[in-house]
Amino acid sequence: MKYQVQENCLTIFLPHELDHHNAEEIRKESDHLIERNHIRYIIFDFEETAFCDSSGIGVIMGRYKRIYMLGGEVCAVHTNERMKRMLTMSGVTKIMHIYEEDE
Amino acid sequence: MENTNEMQLIFDSRSSNESFARVTVAAFMTALNPTVEEVSDVKTAVSEAVTNAIIHGYESEVHNIYIRCRTEERTLYVEVEDKGRGIEDVEAAMEPLFTTKPELDRSGMGFSFMEAFMDGLSVVSEPGKGTTVKMKKIVGKGRKLWTAQPL
Repeated sequence: MKYQVQENCLTIFLPHELDHHNAEEIRKESDHLIERNHIRYIIFDFEETAFCDSSGIGVIMGRYKRIYMLGGEVCAVHTNERMKRMLTMSGVTKIMHIYEEDE
Repeated sequence: MENTNEMQLIFDSRSSNESFARVTVAAFMTALNPTVEEVSDVKTAVSEAVTNAIIHGYESEVHNIYIRCRTEERTLYVEVEDKGRGIEDVEAAMEPLFTTKPELDRSGMGFSFMEAFMDGLSVVSEPGKGTTVKMKKIVGKGRKLWTAQPL
């Protein structure tokens, strides 16, 4: 898994397949980074992601709850149509902004 | 009966087998000449059912998960079974955002995604005996005969 920390902003480059198996890994690693680097903003980058299920949605929700308590925000970039549909269905779009290519 | 095909799969309830399970079902359905979208729908649904069996059915213990697939004409039938703890209130479990394990970052969207991406879903469960998720996908539903099929 690839991560990038810039000041208080963490970018999580999500894997090719985001399921329960690697969601666990992202959860542990990102929570460690959030704590250690006083992260307030998280960017979920879906560029490489071709597959996602409800475990991926769970990772976003979980990170949001954590960062929200600290007064932070989460957002998503490079989401394809299918990802957007899943995020909308689960209501995550109400708490998270999705940035389009040209923004 | 002609134009039917069947397949069964038995594997350990380890999270590393989730991708194996969905890719195998996806490979099995290619005979129906599905679109990329239809394959993704089935992969997501199978992944949800298998993840449920691992996390909720067997509560992370390693036992067998059974997948039975059948194609009939243009329809794929998939059953995912575990012999785990079962579901007490199936109706409640199928509500969007319902989850018994929020501490594990479960979103509660599993059954909702299965319902949204498949053309039929039913859940049979008995507490202490296990759960069977039965799903159906009709391939080429919106496709007209005279239009070229996408590669």
